Amino acid sequence: MMQELKPFGRARRIIFSPLLADRYFLVGLILLLALTALALLAPWLTAHSPDDMDLYAIEAPPDADHLLGTDEIGRDVFSRLLYGGRVSILVALAAVFFQAVIGVSLGCIAGYKRGLADTLVMRVTDIIMCFPFYALAITLAAILGASSWNVILIIGVLHWTGIARLVRAELLSLRESGYVQAARAMGVGGITIVFRHLLRNAYAPLIVNLTLAVANAILSEAALSFIGLGVKQPQPSWGNMLAAAQSIRVIDYEWWLWIPPGLTIVLMVLAINFIGEGLSRVLNPRPAIPVKDIYTH
Amino acid sequence: MFSYILRRVVISIPVLIGISLVVFFLIKLQPGDPLVGMISPETTPEQKQEMLRQAGYLDPLWLQYLRWASRAVFGDFGYSLQSGAPVLTLIDERIVNTLLLAGSSLLITLLIALPAGIFLGLRRGSLPDIMASLFSFVAISIPVFFIAILLVKIFAINLRWFPVSGVSTLGTHDHGAAYLYDVARHLFLPAVTLAIGNIAIFSRYLRSDISHLINQNFIKALFAKGLKRRAVIYPHLLKNASKPLITVIGMEIPALLSATLLTEIIFNWPGIGRLSFDAIQSRDYPLLMGIVLFLAVITLVINVVADILYAVVDPRVRLTP
Repeated sequence: MMQELKPFGRARRIIFSPLLADRYFLVGLILLLALTALALLAPWLTAHSPDDMDLYAIEAPPDADHLLGTDEIGRDVFSRLLYGGRVSILVALAAVFFQAVIGVSLGCIAGYKRGLADTLVMRVTDIIMCFPFYALAITLAAILGASSWNVILIIGVLHWTGIARLVRAELLSLRESGYVQAARAMGVGGITIVFRHLLRNAYAPLIVNLTLAVANAILSEAALSFIGLGVKQPQPSWGNMLAAAQSIRVIDYEWWLWIPPGLTIVLMVLAINFIGEGLSRVLNPRPAIPVKDIYTH
Repeated sequence: MFSYILRRVVISIPVLIGISLVVFFLIKLQPGDPLVGMISPETTPEQKQEMLRQAGYLDPLWLQYLRWASRAVFGDFGYSLQSGAPVLTLIDERIVNTLLLAGSSLLITLLIALPAGIFLGLRRGSLPDIMASLFSFVAISIPVFFIAILLVKIFAINLRWFPVSGVSTLGTHDHGAAYLYDVARHLFLPAVTLAIGNIAIFSRYLRSDISHLINQNFIKALFAKGLKRRAVIYPHLLKNASKPLITVIGMEIPALLSATLLTEIIFNWPGIGRLSFDAIQSRDYPLLMGIVLFLAVITLVINVVADILYAVVDPRVRLTP
């Protein structure tokens, strides 16, 4: 019985063991760890640098030396796939961090302050949600230029609205609960109430939605890089490697240039979606807003 | 009902103004000045400054915004740098193709997702349901352009059933049925590309809706009354399931338009997505901004229409403030 009093031991048991028992979560986690490990361990897994050009092997099919062949200027595709994974994963995580910062802060202000601040924040989300993502994204990319930082900025600025709405809805429903009123009566400040009491109790839907947002960010980065408005060559990313498949000749004869990056993206996004599904089954958040709200690709 | 429509239209006015402010901000953000490429290189900086002043480029921002917005309200979105034609004329030439693509893909989506969603919702946890779940996960995890490449590889290059890109075969002058058949063949792959992800999303929504409704008391009461299964499902269950579907379709429209733009780029489909991509290649900013403004306004209108339709089906909505 004494163990029950240790808060973290209890939390770990309540959250993690059912998570690992969930088949979706487990499969997703294993896939995710495997793909991340491949990206992280890139220097030890391949002898080729992603930028080295092998002029004797241009667009060469896979062999023992180049495991997945080479691209149109003789760079090793396997190596670019591993190093490209670093770029794609980092860009997606940074973009989601960015949108979480904007979304959570504005959502908190709207949900806790209500009144004019709420109306203002909600109108701004309405406005941003009227722009089809790729229309605004390619316009911003054309103005700002194509680079990894701009991709992070574009995804972050355009995708925070779902998170803000979610946080606002959660806070609106929690702010009148007994424990919040008690805290307010004791003179606890607004910021403390929001961070200590409200956000912590809204963590379940927030975690599920942020997880799905990572999947979405990977898809958005890939699409922008694919049409040449995202991560710029020579830096590899899964999306810009697929840009090779804009030529019919490559699609028809050189499968090693586009099947591996394409499949990797699918596996990565699938892994994250499985984890999101597992989390939402175990944490069982009340559906304050439809999850689809942030899932627009 | 009329007062609800009026209220819904009035609250979308600030959103419309917000959209125009965002686009104006983007216009101000674009590099260079409006005279780039229009004046001779011999013009002195003083002369250029004078020309910019006369064009109103150096006026205070609010004045520039008001001038720009009042022209945009009457459909004057400026002129394309590339072709010199009015932006709205260029959009007008292409919008039919975009609507054709988005519309036919929505049709394919509904034709498959509606029966599938109802079927799976009534059989939650069955083998077909589990298979469909897995399919949905894969479908929402594949990038649109990767689906496009796979379909092109299999159906256009290997099997040669469908053309690779474009809207009609060049060099042919078909009319009537032959022309329609040619366009339909070109339309098929991009429309299916777009539909795959949406089929997964729509059928999941409908499935969870139906399986939630079937456990409601009013449905149980109908069964208890002795009604046949068909007599419960078709008139009662589906009528109630159709309401949230309107919201879902309305909500999906921006995502659908967004994916349509991307699909047009890949399949070289001459709609406004392809137009905006070409505008980027030629740095045609006025055209690009016009397209963004146009698409945002269309989305806003669709959202308002969806809300009004919802109020038609569900009278409770009209009464809530």
